[in-house]
Amino acid sequence: MTVAARMKRRDFLKTGAAIGGGLLLNLYVPDWAPARAAQASSKPLALNAFVHISNDDWVTVISNHSEMGQGIYTSLPMLIAEELEADWSKIRVESSPVAAVYNHTVFGIMMTGGSTTTNSEYDRFRKMGAMARVMLIDAAAQGWGVDPQSCHAEKGYVVHAASKRRASFGSLAEAASKIEPPKDVALKDPKDFTIIGKSKHRLDTPSKTNGTAQFGLDVTIPGLLTAVVARSPVFGGKVASFNAEKAKAVPGVVNVLEVPSGVAVIAKGFWPAKLGREKLDIIWDEGPGAQISTVAMREQYAALSKTPGAVAKKVGDPAGAFAGAAKTITAEFEVPYLSHSMMEPLNTVVDLHEDHCEIWTGTQFQTGDRAAAAGVAGLKPEQVDIHTTLLGGGFGRRANPASDFVTEAVNVAKVAKAPVKVVWTREDDIRGGWYRPMWYDHFEAGVDAGGNPVAWKHTIVGQSIFDGTMFASFGIKDGIDSASVEGAADIIYAIPNIQVDLHSPKNEVPVQWWRSVGHSHTGFSVEAFFDEVAHAGGKDPYQLRRSLLAGQPRMLAVLDLVADKARWNGPLPAGHGRGIATHFSFDSYVAQVAEVSVTKDGAVRVHRIIAAVDCGRTVNPDTVKAQLEGGIIFGLTTALKTEITLEKGRVQQQNFHDYPMVRMFESPEIEVYIVPSTEHPTGVGEPGVPPVAPAVANAIFAATGKRVRRLPIKPEDLRSA
Amino acid sequence: MISFTVNGKPVSVEDPPSTPLLWVIRDSLNLTGTKFGCGMALCGACTVHIDGQAVRSCVAPVSRAEGKKITTIEGISPDLTHPLQQAWIEIDVPQCGYCQSGQIMSAAVLLAEKASPTDEDIDEAMSGNICRCGTYPRIRRAIHRAAEIKAQKGAK
Repeated sequence: MTVAARMKRRDFLKTGAAIGGGLLLNLYVPDWAPARAAQASSKPLALNAFVHISNDDWVTVISNHSEMGQGIYTSLPMLIAEELEADWSKIRVESSPVAAVYNHTVFGIMMTGGSTTTNSEYDRFRKMGAMARVMLIDAAAQGWGVDPQSCHAEKGYVVHAASKRRASFGSLAEAASKIEPPKDVALKDPKDFTIIGKSKHRLDTPSKTNGTAQFGLDVTIPGLLTAVVARSPVFGGKVASFNAEKAKAVPGVVNVLEVPSGVAVIAKGFWPAKLGREKLDIIWDEGPGAQISTVAMREQYAALSKTPGAVAKKVGDPAGAFAGAAKTITAEFEVPYLSHSMMEPLNTVVDLHEDHCEIWTGTQFQTGDRAAAAGVAGLKPEQVDIHTTLLGGGFGRRANPASDFVTEAVNVAKVAKAPVKVVWTREDDIRGGWYRPMWYDHFEAGVDAGGNPVAWKHTIVGQSIFDGTMFASFGIKDGIDSASVEGAADIIYAIPNIQVDLHSPKNEVPVQWWRSVGHSHTGFSVEAFFDEVAHAGGKDPYQLRRSLLAGQPRMLAVLDLVADKARWNGPLPAGHGRGIATHFSFDSYVAQVAEVSVTKDGAVRVHRIIAAVDCGRTVNPDTVKAQLEGGIIFGLTTALKTEITLEKGRVQQQNFHDYPMVRMFESPEIEVYIVPSTEHPTGVGEPGVPPVAPAVANAIFAATGKRVRRLPIKPEDLRSA
Repeated sequence: MISFTVNGKPVSVEDPPSTPLLWVIRDSLNLTGTKFGCGMALCGACTVHIDGQAVRSCVAPVSRAEGKKITTIEGISPDLTHPLQQAWIEIDVPQCGYCQSGQIMSAAVLLAEKASPTDEDIDEAMSGNICRCGTYPRIRRAIHRAAEIKAQKGAK
């Protein structure tokens, strides 16, 4: 999501300050904390909602954000540990339940997305650590009968230096938990940081190397059955009738039942459930979705792109500037629907009772899922517990605005009358919709006699993501979905006359935020067209970017760093080309240089990608690098491999053979450079993705003279004559 | 009844012989470290060893395991001391971590066969394992590092 990216820094700080100083502090200890403490043998005591300390000295950090690979189960504890003066070897992390105290500081619900976790929690988590430290020091000082000011905390102990007394956090936890939390606390001067900004090994790595990490698919509870659901082959289709006889005859199948999304086959284990589903006879009422063809949509979108749309941005006098331009160029760009394809297929465990419901799932969207589950179950949200497991990838799919995979599972549990785990197959996932929208862009640019761009017109066509979601009023203003035009309407280059228009056609294909959202398409189209404009004006694409970024010192620094590290003007092997691209997203600045070659058959080989990022102050620098590396591979898959197409309403791809991912042998050398910064931390999960495709496309032009204007890049577009 | 050993322990299962080994391991034996990713031997998340060979358990019928030694990620070391686990932790390879059981199981066979694998060896052995988070550069580094760790251990 893009909302936080557009939040002004001062708004964020205001929110953070209100949370730190304005609210009653008892809000920080939710009702469930004492109950949980009573159950555990090691007595974790809640010093606040985010910091629990047990008498064996372990500090448990309660994470209100989901771990989906981005390393937040390490970065958030680092923020607490820094201010708490904890012993890093005694820190562990646990996922929080759903409660108001755990709401996102910007979005006001419990969720993880928009590359916002570090940005939004940087102040609150440090404050929680500092408050707990003050309470521990107060408890020690009371016990010793000394002035708290004469004590300090270090590595898990409170120390009274004058009397050489020390008490471990665990020994103080009980007394500290009874102390009134301080109204306000001073935070460290960043120059005194010993943890923030120094790479820490991830706390979750060991469990991810020996099979003990618990994902949603790994959850089991007594009496659990497994279900797979046969869903309509067409979006919006409904079950007209079905015959379950053959399915029920499969050994291990317990029941076959209709649910709103299709027909659920419930069995003792996944395999009989899947075999049973194959034996189902279902007649579908397909509805208008059966008419959808992406070939026809492309024609419709292309035609729309040449007509005026809703104006998302207008600066200067574009029409006048075009009239006076020395040269005008136009181009059209297109990108397909994309599936998130997390490695862990969607799944949810539901244990539904008359007066409460327990759910285990890897979700990015706990508050929404809880409300939706309660609605289906006929319960109040407070009667639904969501246990957030590790997520085997998220990329936005697990923040579903309709809570599709959670509500379906509750529906299945309702009719199954037993605890049930609904498992999606890979085919279910790839064909299940909620895609990154298909988009079509029309560009026109005018350059003056000196080769400088003076006019820029960009018309975007694609479905609205925010439309129909709980974020609609926030994300759509004056008919403009901000997610459709982000990275385009806020183009970072100083071009004096700009117009960006938007068309938002509707159809039955459900669309959703997908790692970097609108930037995943505008990063490509804007930066690839910019390269064309530079060449049309006889300019070096790096130098033209430099000259138009004079008012953007942070992006300029990133651009110069990447050009330097990539040796922009350095020699290259014969047949190789370099391409450069920048993109500002989620408040972070990224530039990349790709080095590629193309075979006679048109196959693209990406040899190296160099990236530079300014994401403000870094909490765990190695995680920032990992996110950029991963974002680059994710972006390469988008550039070179994947598309979802539909004919007669049916998705034509099934599994990784026809929706292929970049693999080890195609993985380029990647170098990531971080620009040191003392600014507030900004996003890193998504900003690495948008510049990849344009850097590669621009490098292909440098290597072959051929322009790439659609993704994925296809060998037939690049084959030598 | 089909009998085999898993991580050194003898087991007998009553699943139909055509049931994929993956689902026997996960649903009948409750060893959930081995992952389901695609069901078509396309992604490698389900990789286990049958008598030391890397096998995609999502397409291997359990009948194939009869009398064989199966190793899953849970059996690769009792205490995180396998050189690959040490290298994975040192380099912080995993992101979401879901594919990493399969990555390590594929890498373990490579390392058993080649003491000092080249980049080409790694490309060949590891290209059947997909990582959507994009940890390939770190997997490559970690396999080289594991080879070093293994050599040092052997030298002791």
